[in-house]
Amino acid sequence: MKANNTVIKVCMGTGGIAAGGSEVIDAFRTELNTAGIAATVEKNCLMHKVGCRGLCAKDVLVDVIINKEKTTYQYIKPEMVSRIVKEHIIENNPVIDWAVGDDYHNFHKKQLKVVLSDCGSIDPEDIDAYINGKGYEAARKVLTTLKPEEAIEEIKASGLRGRGGAGFPTGVKWEVARKQNSKQKYIICNADEGDPGAFMDRSVIEGNPHAVIEGMIIGAYAIGSDKGYVYIRAEYPLAVERLRKALSDAKTKGFLGKDILGTKFSFDIKVKLGAGAFVCGEETALIASIEGQRGMPRAKPPFPVYSGLWGQPTVINNVETFANVPYIIRNGAKWFSSFGTEKSKGTKVFALTGKIKNSGLIEVPMGIPLREIIYDIGGGIEGGKLLKAVQTGGPSGGCIPADMLDTPVDFESLAKAGSIVGSGGMVVLDEDNCMVNMAQYFLQFTQMESCGKCVPCRIGTKRLLEILDRITKGKGKEGDIELLEKLSADIKAASLCGLGQTAPNPILSTIKYFRNEYEAHLKGKCPAAVCKELLTYYILEEFCKGCGACLRACPSKAITGEKKKLHKIDPAVCIKCGACFDVCKFKAVKKE
Amino acid sequence: MIKLTINGKTIEVAEGTTVLDAAKMLNIEIPTLCHHPKLTPFGGCRLCIVEVKGVPRPLTSCTTPVSEGMEVTTSTPALEGLRKTVLELILSDHPNDCMVCEKAGDCTLQELAYFYGIRENRFGGERRIYGKKDGNPFIERDMEKCILCGRCVKVCDEVQGVGAIDFAYRGFKSKICPTFEKDLDCEFCGQCVAVCPTGALTGKMWQLRGRQKDIKEIDTTCSYCGTGCNLTLHVRQNEVVRVTSKEDTWNEGWLCVKGRFGYSFINSPDRLKKPLIKRNGKFEEASWNEALDYISAKLREIKEKHGPDSIAGLSSARCTNEENYLFQKFMRTGIGTNNVDHCARL
Amino acid sequence: MTNSIIEIEGLEVIFIIGSNTKETHPVIANRMIKAFRKGAKIIVADPRKVPMVRFSEVFMNLRPGTDVALINGIAHVILKEGLHDKKFIEERTEFFDEWTKSLEKFTPDAVSQITGVPAENIIKAAKLYGGSRKAGIFYTMGITQHTHGTDNVNTIANLALLTGNIGRKHTGINPLRGQNNVQGACDAGCLPNVYPGYQRVDMPTVKEKFEKAWGVPLSAKEGLKATEMIGEAHKGKIKALYIMGENPILTDANANHTKEALGKLDFLVVQDIFLTETAALADVVLPATCFAEKDGTFINTERKVQLVRKAVEPPGEAKNDMWIIAEISGRIGYPMNYSSPEEVFDELGSLWSALSGISYGRIRANGLHWPCPTKDHPGTEFLYKAGFPRGKVSFTCVDYLPPAEVTDKDYPFILTTGRNLFQYHSGSMTRRVAPIEAHAGKAYMEISAEDTNMLGIKDGEAITVKSRRGEIRINARISSRVSKGVLFIPMHYGEAAANMLTSDALDPYAKTPEFKVCAVKIEK
Repeated sequence: MKANNTVIKVCMGTGGIAAGGSEVIDAFRTELNTAGIAATVEKNCLMHKVGCRGLCAKDVLVDVIINKEKTTYQYIKPEMVSRIVKEHIIENNPVIDWAVGDDYHNFHKKQLKVVLSDCGSIDPEDIDAYINGKGYEAARKVLTTLKPEEAIEEIKASGLRGRGGAGFPTGVKWEVARKQNSKQKYIICNADEGDPGAFMDRSVIEGNPHAVIEGMIIGAYAIGSDKGYVYIRAEYPLAVERLRKALSDAKTKGFLGKDILGTKFSFDIKVKLGAGAFVCGEETALIASIEGQRGMPRAKPPFPVYSGLWGQPTVINNVETFANVPYIIRNGAKWFSSFGTEKSKGTKVFALTGKIKNSGLIEVPMGIPLREIIYDIGGGIEGGKLLKAVQTGGPSGGCIPADMLDTPVDFESLAKAGSIVGSGGMVVLDEDNCMVNMAQYFLQFTQMESCGKCVPCRIGTKRLLEILDRITKGKGKEGDIELLEKLSADIKAASLCGLGQTAPNPILSTIKYFRNEYEAHLKGKCPAAVCKELLTYYILEEFCKGCGACLRACPSKAITGEKKKLHKIDPAVCIKCGACFDVCKFKAVKKE
Repeated sequence: MIKLTINGKTIEVAEGTTVLDAAKMLNIEIPTLCHHPKLTPFGGCRLCIVEVKGVPRPLTSCTTPVSEGMEVTTSTPALEGLRKTVLELILSDHPNDCMVCEKAGDCTLQELAYFYGIRENRFGGERRIYGKKDGNPFIERDMEKCILCGRCVKVCDEVQGVGAIDFAYRGFKSKICPTFEKDLDCEFCGQCVAVCPTGALTGKMWQLRGRQKDIKEIDTTCSYCGTGCNLTLHVRQNEVVRVTSKEDTWNEGWLCVKGRFGYSFINSPDRLKKPLIKRNGKFEEASWNEALDYISAKLREIKEKHGPDSIAGLSSARCTNEENYLFQKFMRTGIGTNNVDHCARL
Repeated sequence: MTNSIIEIEGLEVIFIIGSNTKETHPVIANRMIKAFRKGAKIIVADPRKVPMVRFSEVFMNLRPGTDVALINGIAHVILKEGLHDKKFIEERTEFFDEWTKSLEKFTPDAVSQITGVPAENIIKAAKLYGGSRKAGIFYTMGITQHTHGTDNVNTIANLALLTGNIGRKHTGINPLRGQNNVQGACDAGCLPNVYPGYQRVDMPTVKEKFEKAWGVPLSAKEGLKATEMIGEAHKGKIKALYIMGENPILTDANANHTKEALGKLDFLVVQDIFLTETAALADVVLPATCFAEKDGTFINTERKVQLVRKAVEPPGEAKNDMWIIAEISGRIGYPMNYSSPEEVFDELGSLWSALSGISYGRIRANGLHWPCPTKDHPGTEFLYKAGFPRGKVSFTCVDYLPPAEVTDKDYPFILTTGRNLFQYHSGSMTRRVAPIEAHAGKAYMEISAEDTNMLGIKDGEAITVKSRRGEIRINARISSRVSKGVLFIPMHYGEAAANMLTSDALDPYAKTPEFKVCAVKIEK
């Protein structure tokens, strides 16, 4: 065994840790120790914590690389480590049964990793790992050889657009900020990722915090700012911890602080923790929050780039946007703009979730057809069900129905289809999802998270939700769909900030593509059999064996029947909990 | 100076002026509930939205600064439709009790509901109901009538520098309240009451004392400290039932707790109503003639016996100039002494 | 005030000393906060951590009665830093060099020893005030109610002269007057040494002018000041006292002494709206009207004449004070015939040019600041634009002397008094307002937690406070506003009257009592 050629990489993203990554690392140490190569572990056998590589469902994922030959193991638990050490590391005989299969490789095949290129391969807590992979070279290049205007030109030429949702050209934003004649300017990284089911930014910070910091340094230099903030959710403790360590390491190495890299440029970054309000992802609310005010949005104009934090010109970009910057500078605007479509350049990170086989974090070139994401990367729908739609953009987004799967995923095409790229949430819905219920879910979220400042959002979304509520309960009235449409349009037009302006999107897009489902609800039916109040449970005579399992499971004693005889559900007593449905082995319980 | 047109009328205004203020200069009315001229713009009620050529969505005129060549339209069917929706939404979460509301007749929301003819409401549903009432002795805080315009929060912070109240909770449950929803315990300047556009904030002592339409307003000057704030006394049936101050006064309509809420001594049952003469150590009511004759006789007697300088007069910094002038004139002429002073030093 | 309230908005530096502005002049405090929002820097000097400290750049928590030392120290630093206005001093002042010499010993360290204010705060305040030419000083009774009150005011004047922060917009020496018409009462001549408009009674030409106007011979002898009247009454020299709208028992220092003095009078007439503590001692009480029941004018702290309008009829047989005075005057042999307050005001204007240009008609919507000598004069928002009335003004050398009464082992605490936000003066009005009484109806004494810990007193506990002059029972309120060794009692509460304790030691010039400093002890 040649230990000095061995590298072990254990996933220690939030997913990895949750699945037992730390314990796996400990097991490796112990086993290597026992195997008598303890003394050389740290020196010759490199063991890395690495960030998320995307397929969290298969955690703990472990790479064992011997002589550059990599074997990736999935679902690793501490007790499995001894066999890997013995057979693979000592005997150089990979444990094939535990290695990842085709689905893992397919998951990665169609992806294109820019922002995530170092995620999952370098130790996010080790600044040297980042530096060894050309980290901070971009900052060095910009600070020592480029004028701020030239750096801005490069970003403009790359075609990079904001990855936070609105897709505003980053270079243009920086240019405007540059031109502001103000002593104090600020640069803020928006890491207040709040969409339900989204974890792109968290994974980037957990997996490669230095890329974000480097992007901020370049941005700060470009606009002429000496103070930066990262506004990050307190609910991301690991990301916060790694970010703080990265900031402190970067300062120690001289990438932050006074006279960076021997230039006259000084820049420092503070971490501000968000208190869990979704609306603080909205840039003006975020600014208010940093200022110590309640996180409530302010009217635009004036835009933050003219008058932002404490009234000073302020650039706010999200995590992914900043993380792109060092790679663009390192590889050139041309390289970056070779990916993507005419108007949407580069790649986009998505959190792929829902009824999909491979759920996880992916990065794809802009313009990739939705179908490829769902079937090639995602591995298709779970349980062989039928795809119904893909919801993108979270609570601000909309649905792309199954028959529009060839829609390219880029800013323009998704908008045209009535949805948005948004920050990158992507939820796959199948035939068992009720679209009215889905809209209701998102509305519940936005209503709860409305800051309360403006009337259309505070009261309007409440009224939308109430209408949806009554529709899903079979109490919808004629005209409700039209009322939803009208009120939605008014809320979009009259709301103060992005939250209200986009809150009705899930309703409008589901009405647009699935109006029939709404109509069915008005007639008392939920086609996907989701809305409880509209369901009836009954027992099919031909399948019922009279085993009594359902009768025992029923909490409301709604089921009657003698042994070996047909059982019956009394709809007047049934509370529609579905216990009988779940317990019946003969598929004799039917819901409609 | 910035030149722009509003509804086709051209106007030139200073840089930094808002569209709303520019419109006001042109006498163009734009409805609003959350805006207050003495406070920073809020942009919450969305009623003041206008269309600006080249901007895809309506902008709130209270927050939008004018820009060169801007073309603004303040009223279109679309804008009016949005305003009506906003008003209906507000009213869908408002107690429809104008009949018994202290503020009826003086309420901006009521006024707008009237102008927009909102009798039917497309929206119904849950309304905020708050069981607990604020126990402070000065300000009635009926938060069910609150439309969350934020004026009270801003005036308390920006003008008064106190910050006793703020927005709490989120979504439909958003509410303005003191810390931890305790009873209000602040300076009780009542600035919040003065700027509230609805009946959410009123003076507790105003209740059932008459609504604005029955009230006669008299402008005067406060009689407490030396600041000299302009007051408006609201009088109904020979009783001061409310005190306010107008926004266009030098004190900008701001008052303190004494000026705004400290007026009921006027009607105190303790007020002296008849002259009193002490006889055998006890006060007895007397007629004016009796009292005045008695006083003048006594003063004359002492003056004759001990000379004018044995008499002194203390006048009051609470009385008017005219009274003080007459008092010192009386002491110097009628009595013949310069022994006259007042409490300037105390 | 040399300058006007609205000008506060344009100040760069606001120096508040001896004024609890937020509570005693809340609406002026609003202006200061407005200036603060625009970037003004606020300096607060006070023995208590008053609410305006929240907005301050520098807070100087001085020991009560050490103001002279503090201000001299600030002047010392301004001179040392070269921040003084040489041109202004040259052109408009005199005795600068002598004064400069008198300041030499007031180094920041020496002043820090006396006042307890850290030297760096004195320097910071000096740099702020001296560094601005839009700086105003604001003070109230915290400056004047001392045996060295006149000295305190002189040092303030010195400071303004030193920096040229006077005679221009957005500057000034601005005493904030505590009562609605204390300015007007002075202006109208309710002072023993001057006729209306500060015209001296002992100047023959002046006397002649008033004799001519009023048609009777007048006394050339300066009268007694209010505090002296009480003293003379105590000695039996004043036999009769006519009090219109005052309550000296609660408002004068050393209440026991005041009560005794009034008891010795042959005849006491009190004209008021309530049967006050003082009225209770009277031989005759006359029911008068309050501000809502009469027409007239008030002059506020910034010399602005404003209208008072009748809104309601007086209760019962209560009569307005003008009518009462005229009736008594007539019966005594000097008839007064006025058809309206306006006529009285016009007569006042005819005798004092500063008001000559003001008429009821002109102040219907907005008041006017005097001096306003002619009918087309716009009024004077700030004084001394064209120079000082006497040409050059002098710097006054003022040495620091301790207060009349200092602490010792028998009376180890310093008591200072004042107002709170809710009550007003003797409380005869506010204590009859139900919500105010509900909220702030109980007397209390502010005391530091350090002192209560030492004495074993709980928050809210009733204690006895004694001075050499009297004692009261009062509840202790633990407060971070006062420092160790300093107590504060608001003056409003008759049942625990602060003035039972206060010293009637007077300022030798102004005859103002030292309400702000006396020595007391606490017993459980």
